[in-house]
Amino acid sequence: MAVFSEEQTMLRDAAKAWVAEKSPVAAFRKLRDAGNPDGFDRGVWREMAEMGWTGILIPEAYGGTGLGHLTLGIVLEETGRNLTASPLVSTALAAASAILLGGSEAQKQTWLPRIADGSVVAAFAVDEGPHHHPDVLEIRVDKRGSTALLTGKKHFVAEGGSADLIIVAAKDGLYLVEGEAKGLTRQRLHSLDSRGFANLTFEAVESEPLGDIAGPVLDRTRAGLAAEMLGMATQAFETTLDYLKTRTQFGQLIGTFQALQHRAAKMYTDLELTRSCVEAALSAVDNNANDAAQLAALAKAKAGETLHLVTNEMVQMHGGIGMTDAHDAGLYLKRARVVEALYGNAAFHRDRYATLLGY
Amino acid sequence: MADLESFRAQAKAWIEANLPASLKGAGARALTDEGSASISGGRKVQWTNPDAKLWLERMGAKGWTAPTWPTQYGGGGLSAAEARVLDQELARAKAPPALASFGIWMLGPVLLEYASEEQKLEHLPKIVRGEIRWCQGYSEPGAGSDLAGLRTQAVDKGDHWLVNGQKVWTSYANYADWIFCLVRTDNSKKHEGISFLLFDMESPGVETRPIKLISGNSPFCETFFTDVKVPKKNLVGKLNGGWEIAKRLLQYERQNISSGGFGAGSGGYDLEHAAKDYVGVENGKLKDTDLRARITAHKMEAQAFALTVRRIAEESKSAKGPSPATSIVKYAAAKLNQDRTELLIEALGSQGLGWDGDGYTPQEIAAARGFLRAKGNSIEGGTSEVNLNVVSKRVLGLLDHQ
Repeated sequence: MAVFSEEQTMLRDAAKAWVAEKSPVAAFRKLRDAGNPDGFDRGVWREMAEMGWTGILIPEAYGGTGLGHLTLGIVLEETGRNLTASPLVSTALAAASAILLGGSEAQKQTWLPRIADGSVVAAFAVDEGPHHHPDVLEIRVDKRGSTALLTGKKHFVAEGGSADLIIVAAKDGLYLVEGEAKGLTRQRLHSLDSRGFANLTFEAVESEPLGDIAGPVLDRTRAGLAAEMLGMATQAFETTLDYLKTRTQFGQLIGTFQALQHRAAKMYTDLELTRSCVEAALSAVDNNANDAAQLAALAKAKAGETLHLVTNEMVQMHGGIGMTDAHDAGLYLKRARVVEALYGNAAFHRDRYATLLGY
Repeated sequence: MADLESFRAQAKAWIEANLPASLKGAGARALTDEGSASISGGRKVQWTNPDAKLWLERMGAKGWTAPTWPTQYGGGGLSAAEARVLDQELARAKAPPALASFGIWMLGPVLLEYASEEQKLEHLPKIVRGEIRWCQGYSEPGAGSDLAGLRTQAVDKGDHWLVNGQKVWTSYANYADWIFCLVRTDNSKKHEGISFLLFDMESPGVETRPIKLISGNSPFCETFFTDVKVPKKNLVGKLNGGWEIAKRLLQYERQNISSGGFGAGSGGYDLEHAAKDYVGVENGKLKDTDLRARITAHKMEAQAFALTVRRIAEESKSAKGPSPATSIVKYAAAKLNQDRTELLIEALGSQGLGWDGDGYTPQEIAAARGFLRAKGNSIEGGTSEVNLNVVSKRVLGLLDHQ
């Protein structure tokens, strides 16, 4: 773990305690079983806002704390650990970054305080097909003075079903669309992870341009999502490790078998490497470093690979119980495949890394 | 911070004034995998470049070959932060290392922790100044991964220890002046019957024979001890308490191997540049898309590793001794270097398959030799399998099979 400030350590401890009490995996299971269409609990979201988590990126002048990405990453890691369902990434990270980087003063005044106080849920709509290709977007933009009309489709948008504010990526930059806008239709999806994804259709929907900032907003979102994935992978690993220390077969704890010990040690190695990448990417964003894009690609790819491995091993090492719906392993596995794909899977980011390095 | 910046200015000025002109910008090129590398110091050193000798004398006198060791033992007495600044300034000047020795990065730290005051005063200053070169007497023919099964015997003869036995894989024993050696002082116990002994390689009864590796080089030796007399005062720590010291030293060894030890022997090739040259580029991308993907995966893993080494260093700044995460670092470093050297010869094609002679550049030969040498990375300093055992037991708390 990076060397945290006192403030960051306190925040992490508070987040850990809150998640354990208010949002354990059992809470997500209940949400899933109840068929909540938003894919998150409004009461939980309100509490997150009250604790200030929604305003971590937002400067004090707009009602936030402006603590930065590494600090938000600490919270995301903790919520990731327990599969806490919330629009934190789409709203407090992606949309907040888009408005901070591209918004006019008026747009900042309008939206940032509402993001900080939790009264707005936002979505970040990028993909138009089954794969992440932010460089080839076809949604049409018809400029109308200071606004623009958007026509086209967006696929698999996180929080797309419930968002009051949608940041839309088009060929020439990002656009801000209000949830109530005319011409916008939503098709809620029932995804593997039971979260609030939707396909969106835009028919001459009025929008406000935010400028050509898709690159940095995507990188920030990826780095933060990687922190959530690191938390998920860490907890999936720790739960599995506990099982290795309690499950007995052949008169032995299964954790004494070297075949499993070495696989556990390799997972631990991957988790340590992933943590370094995630923290470096978040710090690079905070410091406006030149290699922020490269480190975000590294963090997202590495977190994706590690989470993939650990969730598979979680099922396998738990044996039969790991295949049952009653066990949490399946919840981690399902959510893992979704976040692995979101904003570019590991293969996408490996290619991007090579391209950034010029080969 | 202001103090650090003033230290930086001092260090910079000193390097500017003292780094001999012929070595300026030489960088790590001065390091080789051969035992004759003058930067290891010692009584037998053959100085091919008098400026390298001068550089060692100046750095040694300043204590900057061991910048964080206390000044009373010849060290630089610097704080960890100052030592990092010194490293940065040496790197900026592309200064070659003045001294790179087992004494500096393996023996010294455990002497500081376990040795008597008299032993520290006797040995540490000579390590700092590069006057004595040390080798490591650990592995034996019957004690590799199971190191504690070692049988080299030291018998108490009243006024001295009498040592008999054989060590193997003793790196550069043929160039070393002294050895730090694990010896059995109690046959009735395994781990608790081992002691940590220091002795002069010129003592009567010590013999070394180089071992030739698949890479064609001989960094290792077999070392034989026949009735070697060792003064009683050369025992470090407690009698039969050597295993703890041995393990601590291995942590330093693995930390050092990992944080830069691997990676030599690549002929100075940068993987993606070699691939560009030998495979070709189309539309800005390597022509071989499969190789491009694998090189990229490797480079990302390498960056993740470098970030981890940096993170461990930052986190253990205030802690004493190496972090337990060191074992994962050795495992990861070995795999990375093997992957890298394999990818490099693949990128070079048939030019990566030369042994020596005409038709190959020295860099190409070094790539082929480096690939062979790298096979040892997952064996030396504890095999990768032993590393994984250490991680699962010590870090993850998994138990031994009953």
